[in-house]
Amino acid sequence: MGKYVLKRIGYMLLTLFIIASVTFFLMKLLPGSPFNNEDRLSDTQKEILLDKYGLNEPVPVQYVKYMTALAQGDLGISFQFDGRPVSTLIGERIGASAFLGMQSLILGTVLGLILGTIAAIRHNSWVDYSATVASVLGLSIPSFVFASLLQYYVGVKLQWLPVAFWTTWEHTILPSIALSLVVIATTSRFMRTEILEVLGQDYIITARSKGLSNARVIVTHAIRNAMIPVITILGPLAVNLITGTLVIERIFSVPGLGQQFVSSIATNDYPVIMGTTLFYSTLFIGVILLVDILYGIIDPRIRISGGKE
Amino acid sequence: MKKSKLTFLMALTLIFSLFLAACSGGKDEAKDPKPEGNDGTKTEKPAEPQVLNLTEVAELPSLDVSKAEDAASFQVLNNVMEGLYRLDKTDKPVPGVAESHEVSEDGKVYTFKIRKDAKWSNGDPVTAKDFVYSYHRTLNKDSAGSYQYIMGDIKNVNKIINPEDPMYGKVEELGVVAKDDHTLEITLENAVPYFVGLTSFATFYPQNQKFVESQGDKYALEANTLVYNGPFVLSEWKHEESWKMVKNDQYWDKDSVKLDEINVNVVKDVGTDLNLYNTNQNDLVGLSSEYVDQYKDNADFKTETEATMWYLKMNQKNPVFKNVNVRKAFSQAIDKESMVKVILNNGSVAANYLVPANFTNIDGEDFRAKYKDGFHAFDAAKAKSDWEAGLKELKKDKVEVEFLVGDTESSIKLATYIAAQLEKSLPGLKVTLNPQPFKNRLDLENKGQYDFELAGWGPDYQDSMTFLDMFVTDGGHNRMEYSNKKYDDLIKSAKTDLSDLKKRWENLQEAERILLEEDAAIAPLYQRGRALLVKPYVKDVFKHGFGADYSYKWAYIEGKQ
Repeated sequence: MGKYVLKRIGYMLLTLFIIASVTFFLMKLLPGSPFNNEDRLSDTQKEILLDKYGLNEPVPVQYVKYMTALAQGDLGISFQFDGRPVSTLIGERIGASAFLGMQSLILGTVLGLILGTIAAIRHNSWVDYSATVASVLGLSIPSFVFASLLQYYVGVKLQWLPVAFWTTWEHTILPSIALSLVVIATTSRFMRTEILEVLGQDYIITARSKGLSNARVIVTHAIRNAMIPVITILGPLAVNLITGTLVIERIFSVPGLGQQFVSSIATNDYPVIMGTTLFYSTLFIGVILLVDILYGIIDPRIRISGGKE
Repeated sequence: MKKSKLTFLMALTLIFSLFLAACSGGKDEAKDPKPEGNDGTKTEKPAEPQVLNLTEVAELPSLDVSKAEDAASFQVLNNVMEGLYRLDKTDKPVPGVAESHEVSEDGKVYTFKIRKDAKWSNGDPVTAKDFVYSYHRTLNKDSAGSYQYIMGDIKNVNKIINPEDPMYGKVEELGVVAKDDHTLEITLENAVPYFVGLTSFATFYPQNQKFVESQGDKYALEANTLVYNGPFVLSEWKHEESWKMVKNDQYWDKDSVKLDEINVNVVKDVGTDLNLYNTNQNDLVGLSSEYVDQYKDNADFKTETEATMWYLKMNQKNPVFKNVNVRKAFSQAIDKESMVKVILNNGSVAANYLVPANFTNIDGEDFRAKYKDGFHAFDAAKAKSDWEAGLKELKKDKVEVEFLVGDTESSIKLATYIAAQLEKSLPGLKVTLNPQPFKNRLDLENKGQYDFELAGWGPDYQDSMTFLDMFVTDGGHNRMEYSNKKYDDLIKSAKTDLSDLKKRWENLQEAERILLEEDAAIAPLYQRGRALLVKPYVKDVFKHGFGADYSYKWAYIEGKQ
């Protein structure tokens, strides 16, 4: 197990190295400079400034310099937010994104699993059909539409919850609900299909014939076995939620990282583009590893060390 | 089967309880009336709370005077800092840290008297040395701020920032000297008439050397790693989220400052901004064009005209635009009145000129007074005959050109209208839109890779020169191969010979006439306006045509309760 994890971490570093290199060279193809008032600067002024920031050196030289610093854990200083280290910048913003992401993931998964399980048990009944309709709607309505509706009706008309901002827990409710919609829809569809499949398996029949109660069969046998594919999608979904909450962050004015990533590209803030890309990649690869390890815990049949047998 | 029913019921209860939990949280919120989130803080005061709530579209990039380069930062700096002078309601410079100034006979040496009661928020006095230190820090070769160029009128600045020059980095050669703590002498390269107004710009603010050095790398990164000398101090700065300005008790003119608190929240979405405005959590909201129709009958609806001009740049690298008749035809082919009313719909004014109205004046006379209506107004018939003359000279009967524009929804909408108007007035013309993100558009413009472009310009300083010197031969903002010796000479003399300001003024008016009437080098479209909603209880927030957008020094709240 330990050896396997080490090997995976080795691959992870290699992948990150490739991502960093590709991003670096692609990023250098972006037109323009990182100065906000670029249209005001004459060519000479631009040259002078590029020189001072070391951006006039050949790209391979810049690349070596960046990678050397990166190897020492230095992500550099933002251009757009002058003087602010990229690591601080990510640190300040990831909190809100992660909280929002986790809260909607938990809310969404719990509701999704319950709905999916119920739909499977009450297979082909009105419960099943309405759950299906609900999840198709959940997947097809873009989250920003749902978010805007929630904001307008719950925030402005009813005034039950704050319209926007990120100060108290109440402020996190609407964005979390808006964001969890897609999670509910995805997990409930998956769960329904999986449970239905599992319920037809021999071991379920065995369990039932042993005289186990229906609830016990569902909870200890069906759900556990149905969880594996669900966990597979949950990994990437979690990363998406933590990082890709851009639209929801924008609508509810959440001080998160999503918006920052986009604006760093629009402003040619090279160190921030690199920093956020690497951060996202690390998170993504890390979650995939975690999911692989989780498989083994949930299903002993795919224990990682099994390869040795 | 009974058991499965039970599971179902349990699950259902769980779901409902989750929703109920969410709702009960909401009810708590509804109990305390949140809209006036700032109520109760100053209840002991008889007057109503002097709190202004605002929003801004992005986090502040930099509050370091030597490095700030964007509108949001300039906006905050203008209210928490102060230069020698500050702009008043009509953009006239009024004394700030300087109580008065004298100008030498040749107009090149300014002596500013620094007021004795000017203080930093930590109690230190603001002295002439703080200005010298600040300018040295900005122009230092390690500082790399992109607004260094705006100091170019001061003696030796352009040499100090140029690595090719022997004087490079020698800030001690700068034409700014502290004669004593309260006397600052600034020597200029040329006797430019707008220098006093320029000292209100953020790059010209003082910095407290002792404080800057004590903070090291952390300087200006947080609310408490910066000292302030303006009407307000920044008391809180939550990055990407909000910041708060409170009245500065050390400010020399604190009796004029009525607001106690200004809260600014980062809101990137206009729809959200409007929802906040409608629930009284924001006192001012800028409207993008799609919201103008919905709100234009609202009692709070207002429009403002800015000093920013939009026009078509026609690239003479393309032989079609090398032809002056074609350019004249383009200038007259667009119905600009309908354009500003129907398409822009936000207070923008149709313009046949380049130097904006109500921007600069001499002896009380507006620059626009001589050619009030500008040149080449919309005239479809005239446009058509010029176009036909142009085509004849080009020996063509059909022309296809590409129209470089920004990629935002509003610029594409505007460009579509312009293209349709051009094609309607000028038979045989085909226009293809080329929408590009800002940096790409700039890149294509700089490389001269476009046929004609929708471009805009706002002033760097309070003088018509900031618009007119863009199009000199090979100028950094020309990029369309326009060249006219007469125009170049007029601009050059207006830049170097400042002995007779009246004559200079006339030369600049003449230069504009040559550019637009004789050569039709660019086709002016409109002077930009801005539509907004402002709560009626917000008073005396002054809008500026140059530098920072707004001043809150004189603002107050009246009639909110």
